[in-house]
Amino acid sequence: MIEARSLSKRFHDKKRGQICAVENVSFTCQPGRIYGLLGANGAGKTTTLRMLATILEPTDGTALVFGHDIVEHPERVRSSVGFLSTATALYPRLTAQEMVEYFGRLNGLDEATLKKRIDDIFSRLDMNSFRDRRCDKLSTGMKQKTSIARTLVHDPPVMIFDEPTLGLDIMAARTIVAFIRECRQAGKTVILSTHVMSEVEKLCDVIGIIHNGSLLAEGTPAQLREKYEEKDLEEIFVKIVTAHVAPHIGVEV
Amino acid sequence: MSARNIAIVYRKELLEALRDRRTLISTILVPILLFPILTVGVGFAVASLIEEADREPARIMILGGVDSPAVVSSLVKSKNLIVVSEPANYVDLISNKKIRAAVEIPPGLQSGVGADYSPVKIYMYSGDLKSTTAAKRIEDFFNEYRENLARDRLSARKLPASFLKPFDIKQQNVVSEEKVAGETVGGIIPYLVIIMCLTGAMYPAMDLTAGEKERATMETILSSPVSRTHLVLGKFLLVLTASLVTAALSVTSMGVSSWVFQHFQDQSSGAAVHIKIGLGAVLSVFLVALPLAVMFSAALLTIALFAKSYKEAQSYISPLMIVVIVPAIAAMLPGVELTPRLSLVPILNVSLLCKDLIAGTYHWNSIALIFLSTCLYGGAAIFIAVKMFHRESVLFRS
Repeated sequence: MIEARSLSKRFHDKKRGQICAVENVSFTCQPGRIYGLLGANGAGKTTTLRMLATILEPTDGTALVFGHDIVEHPERVRSSVGFLSTATALYPRLTAQEMVEYFGRLNGLDEATLKKRIDDIFSRLDMNSFRDRRCDKLSTGMKQKTSIARTLVHDPPVMIFDEPTLGLDIMAARTIVAFIRECRQAGKTVILSTHVMSEVEKLCDVIGIIHNGSLLAEGTPAQLREKYEEKDLEEIFVKIVTAHVAPHIGVEV
Repeated sequence: MSARNIAIVYRKELLEALRDRRTLISTILVPILLFPILTVGVGFAVASLIEEADREPARIMILGGVDSPAVVSSLVKSKNLIVVSEPANYVDLISNKKIRAAVEIPPGLQSGVGADYSPVKIYMYSGDLKSTTAAKRIEDFFNEYRENLARDRLSARKLPASFLKPFDIKQQNVVSEEKVAGETVGGIIPYLVIIMCLTGAMYPAMDLTAGEKERATMETILSSPVSRTHLVLGKFLLVLTASLVTAALSVTSMGVSSWVFQHFQDQSSGAAVHIKIGLGAVLSVFLVALPLAVMFSAALLTIALFAKSYKEAQSYISPLMIVVIVPAIAAMLPGVELTPRLSLVPILNVSLLCKDLIAGTYHWNSIALIFLSTCLYGGAAIFIAVKMFHRESVLFRS
């Protein structure tokens, strides 16, 4: 489970001064469900997810990820999380297997368990044909699979996806979407940020709409449709965002 | 768990470094090839140029000497000199390298009667090897002529040769070959070790920080459970390894190249200046340079971490080379010696101490002070590097 409690993140910018990227954001993600954080570019999605993955430290507030506090025990949180985004690239000079082994070892797996898990994941994702190929020689689809294997190697109960299909072709994006569904079926807690409405429709059980760093609305797609009297999620999103008078400007970092 | 994670990061960075052509070139290939090319290549080139200048007869011009026909005639017959008579001005001819030198014979030189002790003047092109060689040949000719003349005059007056040269002067070295080496080439080895410690660490430091940002793998590793302190320590150890390997290879390569060069010189000329540098001295130089390599590695990691890209990191790090070269060279200047105050100046202190070590001089107080102060600077540099890895504004600078 993920429980965000009044998460805030402020940055100092030389030109613009104090910038509030995320302001007082609270939500809960349940195991076996996919929480979609929906927002335009610069809304604060990436900053929120980076805080949950403990890559950034919140200025105020905190979150519990699989029972671990992100401020108090960031390393325990990272052991419980699989984090995947377009900014989490692979080491070009390592092979697909070495890449996954590296992260398995950093997650504390012993060699016997690591070998078993890698054999299992590589077979499941059909990666055996390129396991000894260097990452810089892999196709986009192969890279995606290797990234997935990297996030799965320690079998984390929580998965965080930051715009995971951004810039991918249809086939690579489908691999990711299928993987996210598998995570839900496996009972993992999944949070995903996106600005692609079709992805939200296909995947998300709960949607949080974020704009200018604030969470403006939250609910299942059915609940949002009922509340805003609109069938189309895109229309709902526009209605919520335009109704909101921005008190500050959010930025992605 | 902490040492295990540092070792995991180190092993992975080592594996990647060994697969990176640019790292292999800067860490292994350059130090191995640089010195053979410099010493053997350039050395042989210079030697062959000197040999050629020595072998080639020099075209010269005689000015005056009408009343000294015997002198002129022996000069004309002199080996390796071709006397030419040109209508043009000798200055232009020398400047245009048509002739290599000109000699002006004063009136009455041969007879010695009425000579006003005007000097024999040799006109030459300073700095030009062939002109200098020609001038030296003319000077040798006249030195010999003068000595013969003096000997004849002494024997005419029945005086011994020692009348003009009542005693000889001879210089004698009384210190060991190691100490001679310390004073002559002693400054070069520490300079080399210091510069190579820096250059060896440069590329890996940039690759492991700014390179990671550029390749978008920084966020990947930051999402793993490894703590940032362990991450930076693993990276630091790899940079330190590269730094020490480069320095060790450079010194080994220089040693082998110098031995080969000296061996060939011995065979060709039969005479050689032997410079003896003990293995123990070289190893103590490495030991003293170790904390310096620690300081360089940590400092380079910190500076390169600020950069968003490899190119930006290069522009930050390049000026650092000057900061290091100046104190390293200062130690080679004559008269700069180790004082308690200089013992605290980073880089310069190590450079001066190494010079002493090569010469076989061990001032233990200075060694302790310099080693400890450099360890302190190195420790401070690691501390700053770890702190920087915890700063979001540095890691995610946009």
